Amino acid sequence: MAASVRTLVRRVLSDFTRNIHHVLRCPIKHVCCRAGLTGCRGYSDSTEGRSTHFGFQTVPEEEKAGKVYKVFESVAKKYDVMNDAMSLGIHRLWKDTLLHIMNPQPGLRLLDTAGGTGDISFRFLEYTRSMYDRQQRMRAKSHQAPSWQDIADRYASDEAGPPQSHAVVCDINKDMLKVGKQRAEKAGITTGLSWVVGDAEELPFNDDQFDIYTIAFGIRNVTHIEQALQEALRVLKPGGRFMCLEFSKVTNPLLARLYDAYSFQMIPVLGEVIAGDWKSYQYLVESIRKFPDQETFKEMIEDAGFFCVQYFNLSGGIVAVHSGFKL
Amino acid sequence: MRGLSGAFLSFFKTSRGCHCLRSYGVLTGQQYTSSDSKQYDGRLYPSHIPTSSVQKAVLALGSGVAALKNPYRHDMVAVLGETTGQQALIKLRDRMRNDPEGYTILIERPRIRLSTLDLTRMSALPDGTFGREYLRFLKENKVTPDTRADVKFVDDEELAYVMQRYREVHDLLHTLLSMPTNMLGEVVVKLFEAAQTGLPMCVLGAMLGPLHLSVSRLQLLVRSLGPWALRNGSRARCVLSIFYERRWEQNLDELRHELNIEPPPVDLIPSSKNSFSNS
Repeated sequence: MAASVRTLVRRVLSDFTRNIHHVLRCPIKHVCCRAGLTGCRGYSDSTEGRSTHFGFQTVPEEEKAGKVYKVFESVAKKYDVMNDAMSLGIHRLWKDTLLHIMNPQPGLRLLDTAGGTGDISFRFLEYTRSMYDRQQRMRAKSHQAPSWQDIADRYASDEAGPPQSHAVVCDINKDMLKVGKQRAEKAGITTGLSWVVGDAEELPFNDDQFDIYTIAFGIRNVTHIEQALQEALRVLKPGGRFMCLEFSKVTNPLLARLYDAYSFQMIPVLGEVIAGDWKSYQYLVESIRKFPDQETFKEMIEDAGFFCVQYFNLSGGIVAVHSGFKL
Repeated sequence: MRGLSGAFLSFFKTSRGCHCLRSYGVLTGQQYTSSDSKQYDGRLYPSHIPTSSVQKAVLALGSGVAALKNPYRHDMVAVLGETTGQQALIKLRDRMRNDPEGYTILIERPRIRLSTLDLTRMSALPDGTFGREYLRFLKENKVTPDTRADVKFVDDEELAYVMQRYREVHDLLHTLLSMPTNMLGEVVVKLFEAAQTGLPMCVLGAMLGPLHLSVSRLQLLVRSLGPWALRNGSRARCVLSIFYERRWEQNLDELRHELNIEPPPVDLIPSSKNSFSNS
């Protein structure tokens, strides 16, 4: 009882302090709806016995985050190996497709929430760097006979350096970030990458910070998805893009049956053999079934305040990319 | 889990023309014994994970490969034992039932854990007693009885206990046979267990373990230790039927004699304290 009152008080206080920051910075019209929303949420959290799903189990809401933390703590070391084994390597294509849909220009700031081992951020940096190189090449090609003035101008502009794209990897789990940092060191990526511990429902960033917000295979583990969407809206700059890559409902019935059979029969077995952890991968396949389908999730994103929301089905609906803009 | 398999069964029954999928009904159907399944919501004991035959087959194959590639993955060895040992476990359980002391064990279900051992009393016992030698073995090899993995994939609660007892008795066997926990000692104990229990995992371990041995140790194994282990394994009393927890004060040689185990032909433990075990 005391614990929940304490968390309630902390929540309400943090909401109100956040409101104050928001009020000082934003136009009046935001204040009323913001205060109303967070005020309501603060009071409604006081009702005890709110439960949510943890895979097919029902657990109290306060426990879900801790249980999810434990799952990823135990799978962190074998996370990438298991991804390759479970999806037969196809998860790499899904992540590449996300980047192609995103089509980021050099010089943008990305927030990779639930970024864990950093797959999306690495791809983002590589994409922007190769895009920058390609732009340089195109510029050089179109400038076949430059005058001395042009060459001198180009030297001056190049001294400023290429526009630095920056990726921030944010994850609630320190072990996953540790594995990600090791991967970055091994790949030799030193600049343009930051690692931050944070909760998707309460991001440790100021408003209007990022050009792109991604959350890949992470949002189904969040206890309050609406809150995560609200936070995404808050930290994005106006004109910023929200992108979510997540498992979704398969449309084709035959594929659905095969997918179900494979998920429930094979994936926990693979988890046991490769990672020594049956239960975590049982949670994984169950949590996929509990996540809302493409249309419902699209409506949730629209409710949070994003515009031009659309989704793209990959692999027949096994995975879907949702995208929205903050305008 | 039970609700899930029920949903799956109805899902597949409504399909037509998919003969391969119809077999899933058979595969996901489980044989549960008693009303115990209600107690742990569909599972038979706390660490139980119900699996279909297909899953057991893949688990057996996968864990075998994983254990071969990395012999330090004890959890994989454990999974291999559970998924392949159904027949051997049934035979073991019947042997235990026919022995009066074994029957008591099946009823009382003792577990060997550090918390259940009275360490001060055991270390005060004189040298040469079973309890004292067991403690010495634990200390010298820096192992504890608490690191044994729980049984997960055996679909019968009594057989799961037999499997768990087998795992916990393994360390005691090391003491009874005076074998250290290096590769040679483990292979010898596995040979003994293979002859005694017939568990496929033991047989596999005993056959593939020697591949990791050096030539001199291999010679030692083939010449003296191997035949000794096999001979004693087949003629010894069922080691799972002994209520070790009540025999800490018994002299080790006497216990060996009672179990029909000859003392080892070669002393592998290089400490002077073990001189009494030389034949």
